[in-house]
Amino acid sequence: MERPVRFETLSGLPLEPFYTPAHLAGWRHEDKLGAPGHYPFTRGPYATMYRGKLWTMRMFAGYGRPEDTNLRFKYLLEQGQTGLSTAFDMPALMGYDADHPRARGEVGREGVSISTLDDMERLFDGIPLGDVTTSMTINCTASIALAMYLAIADKRGIAWDRLGGTMQNDMLKEFIAQKEWICPVEPAVRIVVDMIEFTARHVPKFNPVSISGYHIREAGATAVQELAFTLADGIGYVEACVTRGLDVDSFAPRLSFFFDIHNDFFEEIAKLRAARRIWATVMKERFGARKPESMRLRTHTQTAGVSATAQQPLNNVARVALQALAAVLGGAQSLHTNSFDETWALPTEEAVTVALRTQQLIAEETHVPLTIDPLGGAYFLERLTDQMEAAALDYIGKVDALGGIVRAIDSGYPQTEIADAAYRSQLMEDRGEKVVVGVNKYAMPEERSINYLRIDERVELEQAERVGRVKAARDPKKVATRLKQLAETCRHGGNVMPVLIDAVKDSVSLGELSDVYRQVFGLYREPIIF
Amino acid sequence: MSERKVRVVVAKPGLDGHDRGAKIVARALRDAGFEVIYTGLHQTPEQIVETAIQEDADAIGLSVLSGAHNYLFTRVLDLLREQGAADVVVFGGGIIPPEDVAALKAAGVKELFAPGTSTQDIVRFVRAHIRAAV
Repeated sequence: MERPVRFETLSGLPLEPFYTPAHLAGWRHEDKLGAPGHYPFTRGPYATMYRGKLWTMRMFAGYGRPEDTNLRFKYLLEQGQTGLSTAFDMPALMGYDADHPRARGEVGREGVSISTLDDMERLFDGIPLGDVTTSMTINCTASIALAMYLAIADKRGIAWDRLGGTMQNDMLKEFIAQKEWICPVEPAVRIVVDMIEFTARHVPKFNPVSISGYHIREAGATAVQELAFTLADGIGYVEACVTRGLDVDSFAPRLSFFFDIHNDFFEEIAKLRAARRIWATVMKERFGARKPESMRLRTHTQTAGVSATAQQPLNNVARVALQALAAVLGGAQSLHTNSFDETWALPTEEAVTVALRTQQLIAEETHVPLTIDPLGGAYFLERLTDQMEAAALDYIGKVDALGGIVRAIDSGYPQTEIADAAYRSQLMEDRGEKVVVGVNKYAMPEERSINYLRIDERVELEQAERVGRVKAARDPKKVATRLKQLAETCRHGGNVMPVLIDAVKDSVSLGELSDVYRQVFGLYREPIIF
Repeated sequence: MSERKVRVVVAKPGLDGHDRGAKIVARALRDAGFEVIYTGLHQTPEQIVETAIQEDADAIGLSVLSGAHNYLFTRVLDLLREQGAADVVVFGGGIIPPEDVAALKAAGVKELFAPGTSTQDIVRFVRAHIRAAV
């Protein structure tokens, strides 16, 4: 007798009691796996993987004033973190300065407040930009944030070819899932392509886009949907770049990815392996890439915020550890581990430290990273990897049939699929068919309250005053000229990046530059789907 | 005379784009037989109150995950009072620390649901506390 539970993955793929070679009929190691660092990269993008270099431990951080986040950055580096990851506040992410009426109540709350180059300089004060890689989670205003970062490098005399890091800059998934936008899909993608083109020529070690499944998953997608829509977005960017006239091998090596790592342990490992294999095949066969670097998928990962519970918050430490282990077994290049208190507020220093230590523990105590793709060849995992691949290709085929991802988004297809999946999953939780420990099972009536991070109310006022002072000290004629230059570049074509870099150096603000995008391209209106 | 259905505006005030919860709640309330108007994202408190008044709503459900809840919830409550619509019940959810929950309830928010709440609990709340205006 088997227990009365669903024998399937979180995505609904059926699970057999056990697996044998019969499940892998026709499966050839040479075709499906290859060696690590070789086509089709199933076992990992690099030949030596973690024996050569551990994944980058990159904790997403940002709150309050730039000075506040600067201190958190320095703390994390002192604690052994190996890369920076910047969280911006909602006004910066949506293209408003700290003194804008729409920024009320939001300044420094969900990330760090940045309006002008002055703020960005304070954020990176004392941080060696030529030595540390910096990731910035910012999308519709990513072009402006990159311009500021490059302007700081110029001011400090650091050559751009020494700068390493990643802009998230994935607008397609914004329309699908995270939903921070300014203008409609086509102009948004055009600016992404400008950045890909510009960094390929001038900032060669920078990843101009991090094609992200994380937000798609967090919005309620299944692992299969996350895998499929993320790769469909990647295909969308490659098509847009090729249409621009770029040679695929000139930019593809710098495309990077970002996946969620959720609770279903083996499905998540299979997802990362399937992602690498599909991408390698797509790049080689669909886009005719010749360089192996264009075919190898490198990915950042983050444990699933959506899986964390507000109830019994310490349980999240255990969840995160298991998810992080799956990310490592899946061969991630970079990892953020969530803090246990994030269902209540931004994390405290104590909670972040436990999350970082979880990674260090996997890296240095478990011995897991000493063998490359240690689960490779397991009948079950290989079968599951094949199933994930097939299910994702099926979705990608549907997106292709709709005319590509931009059309699919306009028709609301991925958004509807995700909303449906989110609702199904919630109903399963409500009925107790999907167990959430401490919430719909093993719940406890009395909850101890936890210590959490409070953002000082004065941050908003101070940041608004600061941007006011910076604006007042500028030459208004210069500002007007810069804004006009950007508007003309947006209207008549040409790459926006050089214009933006000049503009931020003259202290033109993020909000003012975003206003140009709003005026020239118009505002995106979402289809209301629920 | 048949009683009018309870009408709920589900809204996303502020700038954050986390709409999974809002959409699930909107759909659950609709499936439970209420009339639901979902505003979509990035709404100002002014837009939300205007929608509620135009749609003759009995309640507004606000979802905020950006940490801007203190300003946004109280602004909606203030605007409802200013416009003589203080009878519209305001409830909500999001990433809201316990201290803020207590303060917002004291300010007039009827209920705040933490992550992990079942849709059935929200449906029960609406059934128990919200009546259709005649």
